[in-house]
Amino acid sequence: MQRQVGAQGFAFALLIPAFVLIVGVALWPAAQTMWMSLHKASMIMPGTEFIGLQNYQKQLGDPRFWNAWRNTAYFTVASVALETLIGLIIALVLSQEFPLRGWVRAAVLVPWAIPTVVSSRLWGLIFNTDFGLANYLLRSAGIIQTDRNWLGEVGVALNVTVLVDVWKTTPFMALLIMAGLSTIPGDLYEAARVDGANMLQRFFQITVPLLLPVLLVSVMLRLLDAFRVFDVIYVMTGGGPADSTEVMSTFTYKILFSATQFGFGSSLAGSMFITLLAVSIVFLYALRNRLEVE
Amino acid sequence: MTATQAPAQVRTGAPPRQAARGLTGQRLVALLGKFAFFLLALLIVVWSVGPFLWMAITSIKPDRDLAALPPILPTEITFSHYFALFEQRPFYKYIINSTVVSIATTLICLVIGSLAGYAFGRLHFPARLPLLLTVLVVSMFPQISIVAPLYRIFQSRGLLNTYEGLIIPYNAFALPLAIWILTSFFRSIPAELEDASRIDGSTRLGALFRVILPLSAPGLFTTAILVFIAAWNEFLFALTFTTSIDRQTIPVGIALLPAMYHVPWGNIAAASTLVTLPLVALVLILQRWIVRGIVAGALKG
Repeated sequence: MQRQVGAQGFAFALLIPAFVLIVGVALWPAAQTMWMSLHKASMIMPGTEFIGLQNYQKQLGDPRFWNAWRNTAYFTVASVALETLIGLIIALVLSQEFPLRGWVRAAVLVPWAIPTVVSSRLWGLIFNTDFGLANYLLRSAGIIQTDRNWLGEVGVALNVTVLVDVWKTTPFMALLIMAGLSTIPGDLYEAARVDGANMLQRFFQITVPLLLPVLLVSVMLRLLDAFRVFDVIYVMTGGGPADSTEVMSTFTYKILFSATQFGFGSSLAGSMFITLLAVSIVFLYALRNRLEVE
Repeated sequence: MTATQAPAQVRTGAPPRQAARGLTGQRLVALLGKFAFFLLALLIVVWSVGPFLWMAITSIKPDRDLAALPPILPTEITFSHYFALFEQRPFYKYIINSTVVSIATTLICLVIGSLAGYAFGRLHFPARLPLLLTVLVVSMFPQISIVAPLYRIFQSRGLLNTYEGLIIPYNAFALPLAIWILTSFFRSIPAELEDASRIDGSTRLGALFRVILPLSAPGLFTTAILVFIAAWNEFLFALTFTTSIDRQTIPVGIALLPAMYHVPWGNIAAASTLVTLPLVALVLILQRWIVRGIVAGALKG
């Protein structure tokens, strides 16, 4: 009990520096964005005018908004689904004992550490039309006859950016799934084997249900992250060709800093923010039991 | 290995030696199965490291080899692209800027994060849960939703194109992860150790520095690596808040490289390889610590 005396004041004192930063650099600017989203404001016309929710109405009638929204949703779902699948396979392999496992695990981490800008350039090199490795390998294997312009084709470029994101973030997924696998007692598998369960049965009856909580947390974290995608798109395609890879972040960035429509741009940022906040709150609510125990 | 040992593995992030062995077990001892398994492991390594190796190979190819494939391997090894980075443009400035910003961010984040982590991990106060949730929500903020107001704030304070203009937002965005990891590390230290120190006359702050922090060295180290890598790799803020090479960081430099060179691919590959090698080395040497940090940051809740 003695430890609690004066704890409140002391705790607040310790938290001041962290919260000055968090409030000053994240919460206060976010509030400003929301306030700005209710105004008509641009670089061309000085002065701001309060227009309520008109910017948000404007979004709903703007095909560019829906295009960016669709691309973001596709990017998010496709990349998280793929990296969960590949992450699971990698985690299952790395959970076995085999020679050089430590090295394989270190190798798996490499894409995670590479800056996204660099991995975008790196894959840009591989998918280059004239001298890219992808065209060369596929041509050699007889899968394609002529070189393709991967990043210049509508409907293909977005899939390439998904691939880059999957490559970069699968290690994160694999690590979390490995941590989850390590909590499943080996005895369970022994018992199931004794009872005559085959490999697939053991996977779906033991591994999947016991892994589910960890899997859900990891998938949520990655969904929130993939939704914010900016670097890959900005560096690889700049949103093109024909806006086919434009996502919410890059679209918002262009409206804010190229078109300097601060009001409309803020409302786009506001839409993203509200979406993420809503998902986060649902997520936290689902996890509240774990937090309260702590 | 028993079930009681399994949770301990999660906390320390130690390799899950026994887990999931049941998936394969003795049946896969069959040679064919073993072969398929190693093929899969090899595929995973190629998928993970191959693209980086390809970039490294490209960076040492002479220009005449760059225009077409084959040849896969360079006909002659050249470091001209690396020299070009430093001769045509002072690329070293990007490296200095990234180093200054990343190290400063890491140090400040460790100090502020430790104070907050101590409060969240070892003190009981009514506002604890709401404040912890605030930290968690901030970690989910999209950067794009605050970049415009921050730009105006930094503009009015003269912080655009300065190191502070990057270090401040990097800290705010790295803090949630740092607080999260450190809180869980601090919690795991037995209260008796701290009590003993306080009975010996230490203040709370003294106990933090003399007992908690030394015992949490692994946690601090792990946090430092993750924060450093995050700061080293950040792009959106650096792109927006810096305009001259005197303050731009490596990711901005590499993203803007094509505009600056006539034949960019060799130089881009050289620049990318150069700035990624330290990170790859870091990962290969410190993978155990990194794994621990990622797992603690994401799953300890």
